[in-house]
Order: sequence, then structure tokens, then C-alpha cells
Amino acid sequence: MQNDVVLSMRGIGKSFPGVRALHNVDFTLRKGEVHALMGENGAGKSTLIKVLTGVYTKDAGTIHMDGVEGEVIIRSPQDAQQAGISTVYQEITLCPNITVAENMFIGRGKGALVKWKDMEKRAGEILQSLGIPARPKQQLGSCSLAVQQMVAIARAVDMDCKVLILDEPTSSLDDKEVAMLFSLMRDLKSRGVGIIFVTHFLEQVYAVSDRITVLRNGELVGEYEVKDLPQVELVSKMMGKELEGLSDLVRDDTPVADTSTPVYEAAGLSSAKGVNPFDFAIRKGEVNGFTGLLGSGRSESVRAIFGADRVTGGKVMIDGKSVKVGKPIDAMKQGIGYLPEDRKDDGIIADLSVRDNIILALQVEKGFFHPFSQAEAEAFADEYIKALEIKTASSDTPIKSLSGGNQQKVILARWLLTHPKYLILDEPTRGIDVGTKTEIQRLVRKLAEEGMSVTFISSEIEEMLRTCSRLIVMRDRHIVGELRGTELTQDNVMRTIAGGGD
Amino acid sequence: MKNNNLKRREPLTDTQLLMTITIGIFFTMYFAAMAIWGGGFLRWQQVFDMLNNNAALIIVACGLTVVMIGGGIDISVGGVTALVVMSCIVHMNNGGSIFTAALLALGIGVGFGLVHGFLISYLEIQPFIITLAGMFFARGMTTIVSLEPQKIAHEGFQQLMKTKIEIPWLGYIAKKGNLIPARMEIGVVIALLIVLIIFFVLRKTRLGRNFYAMGGNSQSALMLGVNVKRTRFYSYLISGVLSGIAGFVFMMHTGAGNATNAAGAEMNAIASAIIGGTLLSGGVGNVIGTLFGTLTLTTIKAIVTTSGLRDPWWQSITTGAMLCFFILLQSVVLSNRGKGGLKKMVPQWMKITQKD
Repeated sequence: MQNDVVLSMRGIGKSFPGVRALHNVDFTLRKGEVHALMGENGAGKSTLIKVLTGVYTKDAGTIHMDGVEGEVIIRSPQDAQQAGISTVYQEITLCPNITVAENMFIGRGKGALVKWKDMEKRAGEILQSLGIPARPKQQLGSCSLAVQQMVAIARAVDMDCKVLILDEPTSSLDDKEVAMLFSLMRDLKSRGVGIIFVTHFLEQVYAVSDRITVLRNGELVGEYEVKDLPQVELVSKMMGKELEGLSDLVRDDTPVADTSTPVYEAAGLSSAKGVNPFDFAIRKGEVNGFTGLLGSGRSESVRAIFGADRVTGGKVMIDGKSVKVGKPIDAMKQGIGYLPEDRKDDGIIADLSVRDNIILALQVEKGFFHPFSQAEAEAFADEYIKALEIKTASSDTPIKSLSGGNQQKVILARWLLTHPKYLILDEPTRGIDVGTKTEIQRLVRKLAEEGMSVTFISSEIEEMLRTCSRLIVMRDRHIVGELRGTELTQDNVMRTIAGGGD
Repeated sequence: MKNNNLKRREPLTDTQLLMTITIGIFFTMYFAAMAIWGGGFLRWQQVFDMLNNNAALIIVACGLTVVMIGGGIDISVGGVTALVVMSCIVHMNNGGSIFTAALLALGIGVGFGLVHGFLISYLEIQPFIITLAGMFFARGMTTIVSLEPQKIAHEGFQQLMKTKIEIPWLGYIAKKGNLIPARMEIGVVIALLIVLIIFFVLRKTRLGRNFYAMGGNSQSALMLGVNVKRTRFYSYLISGVLSGIAGFVFMMHTGAGNATNAAGAEMNAIASAIIGGTLLSGGVGNVIGTLFGTLTLTTIKAIVTTSGLRDPWWQSITTGAMLCFFILLQSVVLSNRGKGGLKKMVPQWMKITQKD
């Protein structure tokens, strides 16, 4: 059994200033297995991969490989490649403007001249033996993304790799392409290549993997055989919640049969970011949430509602009237507000003052050629700074000098100022202190009581259970369930995420 | 080869497609000019004159093509050419030989190429800024070498200038009945040789293919194991050397040096490369295309003059319009590739497939 081990990492540790990204992590890869590496955001998956590929230098631990005496030292991607560790990243790292064969052979070999005939012949052989539908003389850019990825894998195979790392290879592929990739992975397995498979898609893990290693908060949770670990247990291990003995929060609000016209209703909505068409409706005064693992499509769904990504299909009704929402401004005109997940890039305008950040959305609605007077802007800003208790020196202070929580409140104020009928909050509590968190949760409940419809997204299940009266559960970019009232327990949520009750 | 896959006809690569378009447009335009205006366009000498007058430009444009394929830009080429012309003339007028003048030309070119290449590749400074500085430096040096216009006095060199290759069977019968053979300058031979050499380098050598990979996606090229820094360094070195040679060829054509020699040559060279199908964004291009790009540009100018628009600004205006047209054409063609859009746009008889 020990002879099968092709890669063994022991006690790996890595810290960044202020963060301990990995602590005492073991990872073992055997010959001819597909080993899934799982974990939520910040679990340390990508750090571990980067240590292995030489992007980061580890602080502690050892790496041993089959057939190599002593420790394997990996200081650069080149070292890793030489050691027989190849990586295929989510984004293609090949050159689209040259041929498939060239992409497989460039940067390798010696001599001043390119032997086109030999190169194309060899490339043709490899592609054929792996069953990859690409022709050596084809310009790489004319292949589909899936095929490009396979060409990258073919290159790795030809370089005699022992360890193949596939980092989220399926995120931009459709079902048929994923199936093609999987059959290629099985083929490589039978050739004795050890494959590390990093993905967010649970079903894909179970379709192709032999073993699963779960990381959480930079620490090893455990290594399991796939057949011994049902999906629901995998989810609980990733989230760090035990299934048994969960003290379920008892909620008193029994679902009321509400027959009023939804404030917002969508049918078959889909966007360019790859959300599968979904139906969704929200009623007046309701707080609902989208939940699911990272990458399950919860943010993509609300972005589609707001028109933040290109909407590719579906019907939208607001107050029972059919409207077109293709761009954020359309959504805003219909009274929808959206607080984005990425506060730094999509939310704040760092160098503008708190005041200008607050009035921004309303100003956009009004049009830039009708600016608010200084006095109006001042009044708006002061009103919300007071109402939300934003801690800032003055309304003139640049927003970047505020703390994360206060920045978030400013963005919240920006949307409240437009008096939306329907407000979407995507991770409003991420990275802010506990006090502000509860404040925001309370505010959400209050807004709902006043008649606003709110969609609330958070990575923390407890928070969502506290805040929302209805949860929409997503997995692999599909809505897989809806929970309300007494069904709202952690146990239920995790079971639904994992799919079924097995 | 038994493999069926290899026998299939491949669609053209972007590089081949853009080059084919340029060559097609050149011949269409030239034949149209022959049909409409006749006269000079009917004589082979017209073609050779275009080559004679533009040999230096062709060489410079070859260098720029290499740099642009690698995703860079070099706008110092005109300045370096002018500096070489002036330095070599002063050198020969002060007793230097043709051989040492040639060495001087190469030396200046190599010098600029080395400095540009080092600063851009290893210190990672913007190529536009560095070569802009190089351009000003070279222009300034030219005036330091000689403020006055210089005329070549070296007898051997004058002899060399007058030497022309006569091709009787491409000549024409003048009114008096005597045969006037087509004449080609030695510079043209050098230029065409350089086109062939660079074509070979780009197509057959590892270095040449690395230029394409780097221009296509330098980050990927790095991950694939290409030494991107060294490759980039070589691209500027080649451009520098070719500017030096271009200066020498320019001198063989004009025989005189002036601080404003080869003014705007860098822009004409960039225009030629772009018309020839080299993308400013890198990764796509070919020197054969560039050669035809230069000829296309010259033909347009000749047509403008022949059609009666003799004022100099008309040439600039048409050059600008053509450049715009080509860039538009390129982006339309490339963005419609693979979507079947191109197939709909191009009629059946025009479809071209590459021979295996």
C-alpha cells in the first residue's frame, strides 16, 4: 500500500502577515487515484496547491515524492514541473494564437530549429491516444475552452507528470464538456497518474473521485474514501457543523398563506455568468435568503436579478407588471437596490467622501445633469449617518478611511436613500465586527416590517436562519430546495445542500 | 502520413488569413490601377521603383514586425536610421572605407537594440517610453554628428550607388525603339534577403515561435517555460540591427545625409506592418505580409498622385484612411471567426484553404 504513494505532504504550514493559512496539514496522493481537495472559502485549498506548485514557499513541513530520495524542494513553478507536478488552472494558460501542437511543445526541448513534422506527428499521437478532439495544426483559439483545457492536460501527460493538479477545471464547462473531461481523467488514472481535483461542485466530486481530503480554516479535517462519506457528511465537515445534537433554533413565525402579488417575480431567469434558468418570487415585507456553498450560484442569481451580469433569458414581473431588466439602471428604476458582495471593488468609491458615496445611487437615478445642491446632499447624508449610526469624522471624510463595517453602512445608506421596494444584500456582514453585524441584521428585520422586501445572503448559516423567513437552497448553480418556517434548521439546510437525505 | 487528422485541410490561422487578405487587396488594387490609368503601372519598372524607393522602409518594417508580434513597439527605428546615414557619410567623407562604414551602421543598430532590449526586458520599462527616448536621442545625435546636410563624396560608394541590376526581359521599349531594361538597386536585394531571413526565423526557429507565444499571452508563455525576458530582449535587438542595416540601405539610395532623413519612417513602418496583417496587440503577423503592406501603402500613394491629387496632404489623408480601413477589416474578420460569420460574409469562390 505504501508503495502506491506518489506524493506525501506532511505537517505543511504557511502563514501570511496576520493570517495562518495552513497549519499542520497532511496530504497523501496515491498512484492512479483522483483525490478531491475540498473546503469552503479560506479553508486553505488554494494555499496548499500553491505550496505544492512552488508559487508560495512553505513555512513548515515536508514534501516527499515517489522515486525521489529525501525531501523534494519546490521553489518555483519550474521546479514543480521538473519534479513531475503539473497544474491545469481554471483559466487557460496556453497561447491562443499558435497551433495546438506548438502549445504542447513550446518551451521544451533543445535546439534552435522547430521540427514541425515531428512535433505535429507526436502531438497527433498523444491527442489521439487520449481521445482529445483537437487537431495538431489547428489554431488553439479555435478550440472550445474544454478542448483547450484538455490540450493543457495532454501537454502535462507528455511531460511525464506523476501528479496532475486540476484547479477548478469545470467551472466554465457545460455538462457535455465535463463528461469529456471526466473520461479523460479516468483514462489518466488508469495510466497511473495521481490527480488532485479541486472543485466546488459536489456532484462532480462523487462522480469521479476516489478519495476526499477536507480542509477547514487552514487545518486538516480528514481524509476519507468517497464510499465512506455521504454527501451530507461532507457538507457538514466542510462547514464544521455536526449533524447530531444541533440545537435547532425554534422559530415562532409559522408560514402565512400569502396570496398577494409578488413585489418581484422572475421566470426562467438566466445570466451570462452561467446561472441555470431559475424561477423566483418575493412578496412585500418578506426576507428571504439564497444559501449554498461557495460557487453554488447564490451571488450569480441575485446579480441576474439586478442585471449586474448580462441577462440571457427569462421574464421579470414587478408588482404583476412585465418589465425588462437588462442593466442595473433598469433594476434601479424599478425600485430594486443591490448591495454587492465585493464591497471594495463593486461597492465603495474609495476616494469620494462619505456624502458623495451615499447620494451616488439616487444621483444616478436622477441623472447627472441634475445634480443635488450642496444643502440637499448634506441633508441626505446627515440623515443616514444619524439613522444608521455611521461612525465618521464628517460627511466630507473619504470613505476609504472608515472601518469595513461603517463602509458597509454607507453603501446600505446609499440604497436606503433610493427607497427601494426590493433590496438585495449580498454578504452585507462579511468582514465586519460582530456589533455591526447584529445591527445590520436588526435593520433588515425592521425594514421588512416597514414593508420592504429583502433578499439576504450570507456564508454563515446561523445568521441566515436568524434573519430570513424563507431560504432558497442552491447547489451547482441550480435551485435545489426551498425551506420555510419550521423547516428552517441547520440540519435541513445542510441536507438540502448535500442533496437528498443519504 | 497515415493519420487522417493530419491530412485534413486546416482553416487558416489568424496570421495566414490577415496576410492573405493584404496580398489579395494589393493585387486587386494594382490590377485596377493598371486597368484604369495604364501608363507607368503597366511597366515592371513601376514595381521596381516602388522597391527601390522603399528598400530601407521594408527592412525597418521587418524589424518592427518582429517586435510587434512579440507584443511590443519600437518607435526609435526612424531616428536610428537617420543617425546611421549621417554617421556613415561623415565617416566615409573623412576617409573611412565602405567596410568600416557598414560595421559602423551595424554597430549603431546593435547598440540601440541592446540598450532598448535590456531596459525593456530586464528592467521592465514601457517599450513605448524607452523607444521614444531612443528616438529623441538618435535624432539629437544626428544633429551633433553634423548640423549641415552632408553629401557623400566617397568615390567607391558613389560607384556602389550607381550599380544597378538590370533585368532586360522585364524592360520595355521606349518611344525611340530602344529597350530600356528594368533596374533594381542593390538595396532591394538586401531588403528581400532580410525578408526571407526573418520569415525563416519566425517560421522555423524556436526563437521565432517564442515571439508568437509571447505576443499571444506572455503570462502563459512564461508558464509554458518560454524565457520571456530573453525572447523580448532579442526582439528589440533584431529591430535595432535591422534599423542599422536600413540606414545603410537608405544611404545607398539617397547618397546624402540630413537631420530629417527617414522622418516619420517609424510611423510608415508601423502602418506597413499593420496593413500587412500584424496586430498591434501581438501574436499575429508575418513579414511577407509586411512586405506587401509596404507595397500596398506605396501603391496607394502612387494612385493618389496619378489620379491628379498631387498636393502632398492627399497622401497623408489616404494613408490614414487606409490604415483605418485595414484595422477595421482585421477586427471585423477576426471577431467573426469561428462563429461562422466569416463564412457567411465571404462568397464561396473566395474561400481559401491552406494546402497541406
